[in-house]
Amino acid sequence: MKRSNSPIFWALFGAGGMLAALFGTMLVFITGIAVPFGWTLSPDLMNYARMHAFAQNWIGKGFIFVIVALFAWHAMHRILCSLHDIGIHKGLLAKLCCYGGAMLITLIAAVKLLAIGF
Amino acid sequence: MNQKTAARRPYVRSMQGWWRRDPFFMVYMARELTAFAVLAYSIVLVVGVMRLAQGEAAWNGWLAALQSPWSLLLHLVFLLSFVIHAKSWFEIMPKTMPLMFVGGQRMNPAIITWTGWGATIAASVALFALALWGQS
Repeated sequence: MKRSNSPIFWALFGAGGMLAALFGTMLVFITGIAVPFGWTLSPDLMNYARMHAFAQNWIGKGFIFVIVALFAWHAMHRILCSLHDIGIHKGLLAKLCCYGGAMLITLIAAVKLLAIGF
Repeated sequence: MNQKTAARRPYVRSMQGWWRRDPFFMVYMARELTAFAVLAYSIVLVVGVMRLAQGEAAWNGWLAALQSPWSLLLHLVFLLSFVIHAKSWFEIMPKTMPLMFVGGQRMNPAIITWTGWGATIAASVALFALALWGQS
C-alpha cells in the first residue's frame, strides 16, 4: 500500500500553527510596530550589528529559520485546504503552488542564514 | 427562452457567498483568512533575512521600509490576524489533539483552551522581556 504523505504536511501545519499562536502576535508587534516606530522599544534594538550577531548565534539562527519556515508551511497548507471552499479543486497544480511556495521560502531562509555565517 | 429550459428548470442553489449566510461560517472564513497574514509575515521576514545577508546598507533599507505608513497598516492587519489565529487555534485544539482523560473523564475542553491562551500570554510576556533585555 502506498503511504500517504499527508501526515508530514499536517505535522508542519500543526507545528507552524502552534508557533504562530504562541509567538506570532508579539513578534509582529515587536518587529513591525514597536521597534520601527520606537513605541515601547528602541529602534536601535534591530540595528545591523545586533541583528547580524543574533543571526550568527546558532540559537538566533535556529529561531529565525524555524519561525520563517514553519509559518510558511502552516499558511500554505491552510490556504491549500481552503481552496475547496471557494470552489477551486485541490489538484496537483494547487499542491505544487502551495507546497512549492513554502519550500521556496524555506530554502531561501536556509541559504541566506547559512551565508550570514556563524 | 428555448424549449429545453422551459420544459425543466431544476432549482440549483448558488454557492456564491455561502460564507456570508451564517455567523459560524464567517468566523470560519476569518480563521482561514489568517493564513494569508501568516504567509505575508513570513515573506516580510525572509526578505529581512536576505537583506541582512547582503550587508548593512541593504538591512537599513529594509528597516526604513518597515517605518513607512503602509508597513504600519500592514502590520496592524497582521496583528489582528495573529490574534484571531491564536484565539481560534486553542478553541479548536480540544477537537484536534489526542483525547485526554483525567480520572476516567474526558478533560474539560475549556481547560485546554484556557491553558493555550495562558501559554500565549506567557510566551508573549517572555518575548517582550527578552526584547527589553536585548536593548539594555
